[in-house]
Amino acid sequence: MAEATANERVVDRLVKRLGPNVVAPLLAGIVAILASSVSLLAGGHNPIRAFAEIGNVLWSVESLVLILNRGAWYYVAGVAVAIGFKMGLFNIGADGQYRLGALFAAYLGAKADLPPVLHVPYVIVVAVLVGGMWAAIPGLLKVTRGVNEVISTIMLNFVATGLTAWLLGNYFRFDDGSLISATKRIPVSARLPNLDRIFETFGADLPRTVDLQGYIFVAVLVGIGYYILLFRSRFGFELRVSGLNPAAAKSSGVNPKRMVLTTIILSGAVAGLIGIGPLLSDPQHFRYSDQFPLTLGFTGLSLALLGRNHPVGIAFAAIVWHAIERGTQPLTQKGFPQEIGQILQGAFLLTAVIVFEVMQRRAQREAIREAATKAAIRTEEPEEVTA
Amino acid sequence: MSIDPDPAPTGPLVDEEAIAEPARWYQGRNLTILITLIAIVVVSVARIIADADRLTSSSTVGTGLRLAIPIALAGIGGLYAERSGTVNIGLEGMMTLGTVMAGWAGWHWGPWAAMIAGIIGGVAGGLLMSLATTTFGVNHIIAGFAINIIGPGVARFLANVWFTTPEAAAAGGSITSSPRVDGNLQLFSLPVFSDQQDLLGDLEKKGWFLLSDLAGVLRGLTADIRTDTLIAVILIVATGYIVWRTPFGLRLRSAGEKPGAAESLGVSVAMMRHVGLAISGGFAGLGGAVLVFAGANQYQQGQVAGRGFLGLASLVFGNWMPAGVAAGAAVFGYAQGVAISLDSGISVRGLILAAAIGLTLLAIRAAARRRWNEMSLEVAVAVLAFIAYAAVDEVNRQFVFVTPYVVTLIVVTVFAQRLRPPAAEGIPYFKGQSL
Repeated sequence: MAEATANERVVDRLVKRLGPNVVAPLLAGIVAILASSVSLLAGGHNPIRAFAEIGNVLWSVESLVLILNRGAWYYVAGVAVAIGFKMGLFNIGADGQYRLGALFAAYLGAKADLPPVLHVPYVIVVAVLVGGMWAAIPGLLKVTRGVNEVISTIMLNFVATGLTAWLLGNYFRFDDGSLISATKRIPVSARLPNLDRIFETFGADLPRTVDLQGYIFVAVLVGIGYYILLFRSRFGFELRVSGLNPAAAKSSGVNPKRMVLTTIILSGAVAGLIGIGPLLSDPQHFRYSDQFPLTLGFTGLSLALLGRNHPVGIAFAAIVWHAIERGTQPLTQKGFPQEIGQILQGAFLLTAVIVFEVMQRRAQREAIREAATKAAIRTEEPEEVTA
Repeated sequence: MSIDPDPAPTGPLVDEEAIAEPARWYQGRNLTILITLIAIVVVSVARIIADADRLTSSSTVGTGLRLAIPIALAGIGGLYAERSGTVNIGLEGMMTLGTVMAGWAGWHWGPWAAMIAGIIGGVAGGLLMSLATTTFGVNHIIAGFAINIIGPGVARFLANVWFTTPEAAAAGGSITSSPRVDGNLQLFSLPVFSDQQDLLGDLEKKGWFLLSDLAGVLRGLTADIRTDTLIAVILIVATGYIVWRTPFGLRLRSAGEKPGAAESLGVSVAMMRHVGLAISGGFAGLGGAVLVFAGANQYQQGQVAGRGFLGLASLVFGNWMPAGVAAGAAVFGYAQGVAISLDSGISVRGLILAAAIGLTLLAIRAAARRRWNEMSLEVAVAVLAFIAYAAVDEVNRQFVFVTPYVVTLIVVTVFAQRLRPPAAEGIPYFKGQSL
């Protein structure tokens, strides 16, 4: 009997610990699939055939590589936003931060003539600095004037859009006779090598059409750095405390203003790294242009939410997110609406967020009740003795 | 609206009149008119100096008005949500739902159905968000952000289902756009002044300082006004009455200011917040429907293009008050109208000069009231604007595109201490909580 209860307790604890992190995505996945199935049915399509088609597309080495490539960009975006989230800051401006960073990095990087060992870091440093500086604006506005960072970052995103278009159109444009407004291509010395060899050592042949991008390496480093910073450093501890309980953090000696400023600049600096992916690692780009990937910062917001700001959670979220995009992309050719992917993503996000919230609330309530019963038992005991 | 002084309480214990500020003639409505007049004078001075005749032409003002309406509707939508205590950054997604619904219903049943369907689409978005924020207590920013992902996704899906059928394709529909909506909304003009006789039009063509500018502005505001514009203006005015002068409005605002107190007096905070978000979505959806009629009378993918966020900006700019929202939307819409007018480069340069002069006036006012921080910032921006005016002959359109956002940033920075959002805004509330 005792053993059974002990086992139960272990299971109970495991469920409690992993519960929200596993149950919520599962539930969200089910709801998302249901919602999109209903949408498909309403549109006169067979959902089972559509999902079979999605599975078909995903089941290939090519898809795996593409998901890893794009997942790496998404992952860094998710981490950038998560840093802010961890202390209760909404860095909605990650979008503008990475685009400005990428534009300057592309322009200055293409101008410079350096050996590879220096060229790559140079481009990265430019992107990180510009991203961090752009993020410093909402940070300074918040600590000096009390401006809510949600409002200021939303506004600054649009300002960044105008600024990049203006700079690219008038100053940074490389005139090669084409109609596309773009900077000069980044020279070979600044490009990140691809990682195709890893696949070859496993004996798998990579299709000619795709490369495993070297940026994945950067994403892994960002993830490890994020983990160490957050969970293994004093700064990370202070950051998390500030997020959970600002009053407690302040009374234990954390300067809240400096914390806000550092965190948002750090978030912006990591956001600056997002653009490095397409810029230094994707043969389709290697430059900043009209066709540079947009809204990665917003994707990062979704992923930070789905991954609950955890370095591993964000990685799962990034992979699922792009798997949905990759899987639904060719659906239109097969006669299904490919927009089902956006419904999947949206329903997944909203449900996951709701379930996380509900579970967190329940856990809090239970903790309070537990503490209350313990306190009650303690006060009751002596009374019984005297009676 | 709330600028109007409250009626004096009965049974004064102290001499109220000695304490109360003396009533000045430039208060409330008079102040609004005064500010508007000063703005027109400033712009007409700038028009003469910068030689930018289009700045006050009736066509520019008319375009500005048409562009301002969707922004204002979104902003008023935001007002209902935020006054009830929910921060609504999901306006953009709700507007997008409005556009696709309006395109579909309009194609089948005409413009009026489009308006109603737009509202329904927006309300659906609002209620979905309310399910997350009010029922489950999800963070408002997160839920609003999710709506901004879901709205365009659903819109694109619906467009694919509705507008790619053979029937729709024959009528000109595709994945990215609906078939055209047949039938136009009625146009109105003010008789005599802007109609056949067109007295204002004659005056405008004379090119006289101030008088012609006034005539141009008035003609822009009274000639060829579309029914939806008229309805929107009525709704915006009605909002001031509904939210500040009715029992419902009081309950709505109490849910956004002090939900715990509201509930202790029998107000269902949850119901108020559901209703607030539903109305919010309805306004945003109507704004989307108006957008459908802004160009080619059809739904187009990406049509909303940040107008939901502009509405949010006008809400902050307008200090969460209907008149302020309308003013913000008017400024933003006018700036856009100038940016897309003919010779936009010259007009925009004139606009920058007008902004510089206006800021100088504001700085003088701030100095008179000894608000040094505010003054120094205004002087700084004014100097920048004068330099920009002097340095270039034609101004890039991108500059105008970012203007509303920069203006809002400046407003929240300079007036941060005087902006007053609803007190309990953004905080999830559950029954029995003491908030």
